[in-house]
Amino acid sequence: MAVIEPARLSPMPPARSLQRFSPLRMLGRVSPAVWTLIGLVLFWEVAVRVTNVAEFVLPSPSRIAEEFVAYWPRLLVNSGYTVGEIVFGFVCAVLVGVPLAVLVTYSKVADRAIYPLIVTSQTIPKVAIAPLMVAWFGYGITPKIVIVVLLSFFPIVINSVVGLKASTAEMIYLAQSMGANPWQIFWKFRLPQAMPNMFAGFKLATVMAVIGAIVAEFVGSDVGLGYVIQVAGSSFNITRQFAAIVVISVIGMVLFMLMEWIERIVVPWKHASAIAEG
Amino acid sequence: MSMPQGVATPVGAHIAISGVSKTFRGRSGDVQALNDINLSIERGEFVSILGPSGCGKSTLLMLVSGLVPATRGKIEVGEKTIAGPNSDVGIVFQQDVLLEWRTALQNVMMQAEIRKSDLVAAKARATQLLEMVSLTGFEGAYPKEMSGGMRQRVSICRALLHKPPLLLMDEPFGALDAMTRDQLQLDLMRLCADNAMTVFFITHSIPEAVFLSDRVVVMSPRPGRIERIIDIDLPRPRRLAMREEPAFTHYTRELTEIFQGLGVFREEV
Repeated sequence: MAVIEPARLSPMPPARSLQRFSPLRMLGRVSPAVWTLIGLVLFWEVAVRVTNVAEFVLPSPSRIAEEFVAYWPRLLVNSGYTVGEIVFGFVCAVLVGVPLAVLVTYSKVADRAIYPLIVTSQTIPKVAIAPLMVAWFGYGITPKIVIVVLLSFFPIVINSVVGLKASTAEMIYLAQSMGANPWQIFWKFRLPQAMPNMFAGFKLATVMAVIGAIVAEFVGSDVGLGYVIQVAGSSFNITRQFAAIVVISVIGMVLFMLMEWIERIVVPWKHASAIAEG
Repeated sequence: MSMPQGVATPVGAHIAISGVSKTFRGRSGDVQALNDINLSIERGEFVSILGPSGCGKSTLLMLVSGLVPATRGKIEVGEKTIAGPNSDVGIVFQQDVLLEWRTALQNVMMQAEIRKSDLVAAKARATQLLEMVSLTGFEGAYPKEMSGGMRQRVSICRALLHKPPLLLMDEPFGALDAMTRDQLQLDLMRLCADNAMTVFFITHSIPEAVFLSDRVVVMSPRPGRIERIIDIDLPRPRRLAMREEPAFTHYTRELTEIFQGLGVFREEV
């Protein structure tokens, strides 16, 4: 039975990593959700027009779009600051989080002395620390980066530790029987094994990084989309707030999709389809 | 580190296990897994270690591989006394332990990459090994895309890539269905015929042990010790139909009776 399997199943085409990822196909796959979104926006537009609700309570999507077009240059400049904080903070969180995860995986002492503190520290609402960061680091970019790192490094550490610890004893035995040194065991066995978990952590971290940057800008800033929202709010410019929120959402979505795209390049095997049978 | 093979080797045992015991320290006291094991295996021999679960047969394989140290006694493989991981072996576990991020060919090639051997020659051999187990066309498939039997065949190819003088197999077909298992036993015997090597094979299946082996080592549990060693004097190449012949069933019956005597099987008569 086993010997006829290859004949029954057609051979695999060799390269399969990138050709699956075409924007058109992505659109095809998410289209039901896109239609839902379009439907909701249309409903919103009609509802606002029919009920004639005041713009400072709920602006219509078309008014938000107008505001977006009119205020576009300022939104772009402020987005630049916010995106810079998010990306720089996220990269810092990866540079801190991944080595920390490696330390926790390899050192029993770190696993027992540091890891529980990292986990329990998550009960501290980090938003509450934000004003403290401003007091310590002033109004510049530093407190924003610190807050972004504080929010996003936790999912990175936790998921990396889970991934790095997922290597089975047998896999390590196998590596040792090949004569692998600890360095090779890490780079060729443990790290690739951990990749899918690590990317799950990275994706979660991008979402947290966006939250961190906006919160930090709320607390003390004179630039960025968080600042735009705050200023617009103090003058009851709800329409401008909505425009800024849309921009933030788009930034979050783009960063998330960017991570997914990188994941497809780095972790192509995760998307291999199962064809296994008896 | 791969050793040349096919060369006439000096007379003497390939594996010499003398006075080996293994005790595991547990929370609820020490557990003796193996007690005073003495066993000598010739070069090129196919030896099965047969016993019920808990008899320490897998532990014995780990000791021979050097991945786990013995509590007492000495194990020599070739001219070397085992004191740490022995890389002159190929290992196949019950789980295929394929690396999910590597294709079939890349999984086999891992052996050459770690050993820093000639990758071009290794690739040619890997392709040839995969062909011998009917996996041509699946070189580029990820483990996820293969059935259990196909995966285990890749794992056997990986164990053989560097032409190890010794192949260690720990219940390699235990997780497979009966028919796939038959096929893999045939594949293994063909590979053994083509690659002169010693095979140390752990199993709990009596017919499997008889079908594959030159000698069957019967172990009894708690603590694991060698009960009997039986020579299997059946001609090679062996065919599946041979399992129904009296010469074959004579051995399976003898082994069954030994285990009955040990209280492994309790039958109402």
